[in-house]
Order: sequence, then C-alpha cells, then structure tokens
Amino acid sequence: MHELSIALGIVKIAEDETKKANAKQVIKIELEIGTLAGVEFESLNFVWNSAIKDTVLEFAKKEIDIIKGIGKCIDCDTEFDMDNIYDCCPKCGSNFKGILKGKELRVKTLEVI
Amino acid sequence: MCGTCGCGTGKNGPIILKPGEEKLEHSHDEHTHEHSHEGHTHTHENEHHHHNDHSHSHDHSHEHKHKVLTIERDILQNNQLLAARNRGYFEAKNIFALNMVSSPGSGKTSILERTLIDLKHEISFYVIEGDQQTMNDANRIDALNIPVVQINTGKGCHLESDMVFEAVRKLEIKDNSILMIENVGNLVCPSMFDLGESKRVVIISTTEGEDKPIKYPDMFHTSDICIINKIDLLPYVKIDVQKLKNYALQVNPNLQFFEVSATTGEGMEAWYGWLKAQSKKVKG
Repeated sequence: MHELSIALGIVKIAEDETKKANAKQVIKIELEIGTLAGVEFESLNFVWNSAIKDTVLEFAKKEIDIIKGIGKCIDCDTEFDMDNIYDCCPKCGSNFKGILKGKELRVKTLEVI
Repeated sequence: MCGTCGCGTGKNGPIILKPGEEKLEHSHDEHTHEHSHEGHTHTHENEHHHHNDHSHSHDHSHEHKHKVLTIERDILQNNQLLAARNRGYFEAKNIFALNMVSSPGSGKTSILERTLIDLKHEISFYVIEGDQQTMNDANRIDALNIPVVQINTGKGCHLESDMVFEAVRKLEIKDNSILMIENVGNLVCPSMFDLGESKRVVIISTTEGEDKPIKYPDMFHTSDICIINKIDLLPYVKIDVQKLKNYALQVNPNLQFFEVSATTGEGMEAWYGWLKAQSKKVKG
C-alpha cells in the first residue's frame, strides 16, 4: 500500500505551497498520474480521506489527469501506446524502448483561498 | 495520518536500532517522535493543528480570493532529494550500495549471510535490514560480526530514503566499503522508492512462478541485477528458468542474471566476482 506514502507526499506539497502563498485552504487540487507510474487509482482513493484529514486538503476537490503510456522503440524509432511496462514494439518486436509518457506523478495545480 | 503505521495520529515513525539497543516503546497515546530526522523535519503534530484556527464559515465566501497556483512538483520529490543526498554521500566515501528487493521468502537474508561469510575477509561490509517487525535479521547479521542496523517500518511496506539516511548515520560506514540494504519483502511498493543505491538487485527463487517478472513488472523494470535463488531445488520444482529469464528481459532488456543457491553455494562465485569487480570500480 505505497499509495499512502503517495497521498502523504501530495499532502506535504499542498501544505508547503499553501503556506508559501499565504493561503488557508485548498479548494481544488489537480494531479497528473501516468498509467505506468505504479499507482493503483482505487488504492489512492481508498487512503485519500484519511490522508487529508486535518490538512489544507481536507475540503479540496481532487482531479486526476490520467496520462496514457507512450513508448518509443530504440531500435526502429516507432512510437506506440503502452498499456504495460513490458509491452514491446508492435513493429519490430524489440523490448528496448524509452518511455515517453505514462510515468508522471505530479501535483499540477492547487486552487487556494 | 501516519504514513508508517497508518494509525491516524501522524506521530509514529519507523524504529531504527542496532542489535542490543533498547527497544523504544511504540506508544500511540503519547507519540512524541523524539528521534531526529536530520534530512527533514517531522512535525506532524504542529502541522495537524495549525489549521484548526480556521473556521469553515462560508457565509463570507465573497471575501475569499481564489488563486490558482501552478505547482508542477513531483509527488515523490522529497524521497528523491534524500536519495540524491544518500547517493552523494556514498560516492564521496567510495561506498558501493546495493538495494536488495524481492518477495518475502526468496532468500534475501540467506544470500546476504552466505556472501558475508565468504567475502568478509576481503571486503568491508555494512548492512541495513528492513522489516516490518523484529530484530531477527539484524541479529543474524550481527552474529557474523558485521555492523548492522535494523529498520522496523511498522505497518510500512517499503524503505524510504530518509530511513536509510538515518540508518547510515548510525552505521558510521568507513570509506571503500559495500553497503547491503535488504528492503522489506515486497515485490510491489519498494520499486517506487529510490534509496540512493548504486545498484538495485531483485531476487527471485525457483519456487516462484516463472511469469512473476510480468506479474510484478515495476520491480524488474527498475532493477539492474536479477539473482535467481534456490537452483538446488530445480529437480523438484516445475519451473523453466529460461522462460523466467525471457519474461524478465521482456520487462527489462538490460537485466544481468546470476543463478545461485545460497544453501549449497552453487553459482555464488559468479555473483562474488561481480561484487568484487564493482567494489574495485568504486575504489578506482
């Protein structure tokens, strides 16, 4: 259940940034999470309410931009959609690839008051 | 909320001890969090209370000014910063650090013990043991006269870089050494948490399924070395080692394999050869 660590990481960022901006509370938080980032969305939602209790995020609306995986084959330069981290190049079958998108795990914006 | 034990009080951290040190009480009533975290401050209590001043009266919402802050910050940034700090420390002191990961029961501690026994006269070793509970593994290593620190993560399912940071301070590692960090037995969570290691070693045993690398791809994707343990059991178990390797290579084509038995010692020489070469590289 590393999603709890993730949720607490999000809380820490929100607390720091809200303080920096001299704001009191977050009303909306926008996250960017890739499908290859290793985060189970259901688990994150499961731990979310306990993690944000008594923090600036307690009453915040959470929005997650889910970013789909895209890889680029190192052998033939083909760009392809990735559902799994072990997907190979659909054109040449190579396992050597760079992951262009899908590993994101970011706090994008905070709407504060 | 406490990320370590999930107890909801936000005050209970991991316990980091050398064998023989008195165990601190794990009290949920009087969480005082007295141990120091050099790399970061752990002031859950204050953080949790300073918002209580704010009354949630929405009658005057017209007075509030909404502001959108662009953050673009990595959620694991804190862990990565401390991992980078650990890595810098290791590089400066010529310490070759290994993060050993696997499911529970694949033989991490047995491989570690055998390696320490066979090489301790040639290489200076230090060990950090990660488990949810007990000093058992640290006591096994301590019995070999190797400096060791045990991290008990409580309900936590993986080691994080701040725990290693603190354990490393306790160990007082000499220059030109090898540090073995045995992570919590878990093939999922530790994959996301960089500890500052030089190389990550994933261990799988012949009693596990050959498709494990694609069932738990993140760990194999982030590792550099794959040790296949318990090869002495091959006559008795139904596993195709080549198939296992192919699956692992599909996830991570750069993986380097060692097939060993920590019990009989078979195959350990190749692993030792690699370790020695790495430690020389560090010294060089």
